[in-house]
Amino acid sequence: MDKIPILKMGHFLLVTVQVDLYDRLALGLESDLVNMIRKHSSRGVLIDISAVNIVDSFMGRILGNIAQMSKILDANTVVVGMQPAVAITLIELGLPMTGVHTALNVEKGMEMLREKLLLTEDLISEDGDSY
Amino acid sequence: MKQQLKDEGLRSDLMSNDNLRRESEELLKPILEAIRKGNFTDINASEYDKVNEVLAGISLSRAANGFSPRETAYFVLSLKEAFIAILEKNITDAKDLYTEVNKINKLIDTLTLVTFETFIKGREEVILRQTSEISEISTPVIQVWSGILALPIIGTLDSARTQVVMESLLLKIVETESTIAILDISGVPAVDSLVAQHLIKTVAATRLMGAECIISGIRPEIAQTIVHLGIDLSNINTKASLAHALRSAFSQLKLEVRKSADFNKLSA
Repeated sequence: MDKIPILKMGHFLLVTVQVDLYDRLALGLESDLVNMIRKHSSRGVLIDISAVNIVDSFMGRILGNIAQMSKILDANTVVVGMQPAVAITLIELGLPMTGVHTALNVEKGMEMLREKLLLTEDLISEDGDSY
Repeated sequence: MKQQLKDEGLRSDLMSNDNLRRESEELLKPILEAIRKGNFTDINASEYDKVNEVLAGISLSRAANGFSPRETAYFVLSLKEAFIAILEKNITDAKDLYTEVNKINKLIDTLTLVTFETFIKGREEVILRQTSEISEISTPVIQVWSGILALPIIGTLDSARTQVVMESLLLKIVETESTIAILDISGVPAVDSLVAQHLIKTVAATRLMGAECIISGIRPEIAQTIVHLGIDLSNINTKASLAHALRSAFSQLKLEVRKSADFNKLSA
């Protein structure tokens, strides 16, 4: 069975989806990702879907699920590089994906994750705890 | 008889303009060839292929050049008079003349119908082209600063236009790597729940792409309508004018607009 590789980059996990996500692949990704976050105690997940041309409501839901699960494990999820056609499709399907952060490309997504991490670290240091 | 028809037909079909003469010659030749085969009724037959083609070409070019329908129809109908005049000259027997005239009548009428159909089709093509041009012209996406796009919407937003607006905006976002898009609706005459729905969709799609959308240029009447209709725009960033939207975009990108240093102070 195909698998989507999950790369660890410091505090973050990087997922680049290079093929069209079919249901079982997406479900596999979901569980792999949650396990990886747990294992490396990652603080952010970046999912690059710039090569994805076809989406359906299921994949929209999976992305939303991943974001929620990561949030529970204290990791922010950023979906980057969504194609215009994909965005329009998701909107027409009635899936505005409110829980998911989005960015234009990997660069901007990384920046966003770093900012969020810095923000939480600042809060922690203000509280006087060591990180 | 058919040979005479041809010669005299050309002569009697009086055209002042050279172009018109050429056109009518083009048309007459295939018609006469077709008639010579003895087919007066079925214009779908192969011998009329050339006639139909020429007629279509003529009426399409006339539609595009803005000829009136009357002129176009008369161009074909004038053939009838010419044919009948020739038949009158050549056929003495009243009964024969009647049947021949009848045949010609029917033929020319059908040809006129064909002409008209193509003429109208040509006109419709012109209208369609203009419609698509208008929708393209009326939705320009302007890059006002690096990272900031502005999209002034002028005219009513319907589903088809929203689609165009959304697509061109999203493509431009990818192209320019912009993070903020300003949707200016000061040119939209009225906002009903459908238009608001379209706007919300566009904003949501922009957000999915990883950019942020600001709606500006909301006139007081439109603000009233939106509230009266019970449309919830609370999770959408709205600003009163394009200037305000631009200011907020600048501050989000951590840009600052300042007056340049005073020259008097510099020299002092």
